[in-house]
Amino acid sequence: MAKFLLLMNYGATANCDVPMEQWAPEDVKAHIDFQHELGRELTDNGELVDAQGLSGPELAKSVVSTGQGAPVVTDGPFPESKELLAGYWLVDTTLDRALEIAAAASAAPGPGGAPLGQRIEVREVMGAPAATDL
Amino acid sequence: MSGPVEGLLRDLAPQVLGVVVRRFGDFALGEDAVQEALLAAAVHWPRDGVPANPRGWLVQVAVRKATDLLRSEAARRRREDAVALEPPPGEVPARDDTLLLLLLCCHPALTPASAIALTLRAVGGLTTAEVANAFLVPEATMAQRISRAKQTVKKAGSAFAAPGPDERAGRLRSVLHVLYLIFNEGYTSSVGGELHRTELSGEAIRLARAVHARLPADGEVAGLLALMLLTDARRAARTGPDGELVPLAEQDRALWDGALITEGVDLLLAAVARGAVGEYQVQASIAALHDDALRAEDTDWPQILAMYGLLERMTDNPVVSLNRAVAVAMVHGPAAGLELVDRVEPRLPGHHRVAAVRAHLHERAGDADRAVEHYRAAAARTTSTPERRYLLARASRLARAER
Repeated sequence: MAKFLLLMNYGATANCDVPMEQWAPEDVKAHIDFQHELGRELTDNGELVDAQGLSGPELAKSVVSTGQGAPVVTDGPFPESKELLAGYWLVDTTLDRALEIAAAASAAPGPGGAPLGQRIEVREVMGAPAATDL
Repeated sequence: MSGPVEGLLRDLAPQVLGVVVRRFGDFALGEDAVQEALLAAAVHWPRDGVPANPRGWLVQVAVRKATDLLRSEAARRRREDAVALEPPPGEVPARDDTLLLLLLCCHPALTPASAIALTLRAVGGLTTAEVANAFLVPEATMAQRISRAKQTVKKAGSAFAAPGPDERAGRLRSVLHVLYLIFNEGYTSSVGGELHRTELSGEAIRLARAVHARLPADGEVAGLLALMLLTDARRAARTGPDGELVPLAEQDRALWDGALITEGVDLLLAAVARGAVGEYQVQASIAALHDDALRAEDTDWPQILAMYGLLERMTDNPVVSLNRAVAVAMVHGPAAGLELVDRVEPRLPGHHRVAAVRAHLHERAGDADRAVEHYRAAAARTTSTPERRYLLARASRLARAER
């Protein structure tokens, strides 16, 4: 058992390069229903630690500080917004199961109900060391 | 709640739960009823004094609560399920069902994570919040996991019947494995903000003691308890002041707990004398051989090597083979150890411990460049922060000495 962070970016997916605001309303609804259903399944299994969507890149700020003087705060980044984090799931489970959940999330329905094929990055959260002398 | 009453309630809770679940054939109902009885005791006992027969008191109250729950409208559906399973009413037997409860919580239909959660909750008497805290997940997540585990056990057709003799050995193995996992969860995470998790090791030891008290002639139960004690004895020496890992060879052995070591060795000797040596006994023997050395250089590596050979044949576990490679290096030199690592690697592809063992063996052989390279590779692959820090520190110390 370990915790895994499943990361989803904005941007084109294997099967869809139309941004969601241009989808048909029933397709948006089907997509959101799917996300709710996935969340419910993870909750019922006792696997879900947290899942959040992030506000859009329009609201993003970047902060840089060198420890001297005031930090530099800028709006954005906007240009590479396709590479920005859109949301995440934090699950407490096995690696195999984390990959299975990522696959399900990746195949979320898009326009016309076709699976999106969204790229989901799976990263294990650092935990305790394994017992060494077995 | 005052300490002694709380401790007494915690010891009695699984016994009472066992009686009630056996009697009503319904795990969830039993738990609700026992919770209410414990609550009543927590209110009454500090005020009126602990009754002469606290266990009987709790059983009586819990049975009454369970009956009330069954009668209530909300429990109607539950009753329909339970009625067929309910044994005829009669005297509450004065037996101890802790072991049966453990066998139930470590049901083979459950994933290890679920079995661990259910065991800590139902037999360990930890609150759901405490279990959640120990595994660093939200309470709601843990509550759901435990509730799902109960449903699974129920669905698997367990009416809290004792498993038959054939099944029993396998089920006892599951219990020991779950206790071992709980112990490791606690033992491997005594770092910084996760200090509270060390309580899990204490809990695992408490439960292993309970099983040993009920099955004193079982060598593997004794072996597991000995392994836990002999490992836990080194806890204080295992981390430095800032939570950093201290490897066995560099530990301050004066910090080891002599009383735990003595108890573990005595248990182990008695178990081994009865014959039928199992893998927990062998693991405990290895721990005992380490604990027996006053200085790291006094360690009886030939004997440890023999034990790893035995364990390898018993388990066919590549991690055991990797540990044997370390023992081989200590007895026959680093080159022989590295050769064995090469042979084990295909069975542990990309495992950080392969790189870590290689690094150690190269360091022993005096090849600092290769050691640094493998320490860094191991650090990149580990999923543990303290371990990563340790491996990187080791790499940078060696690299600096080189210059």
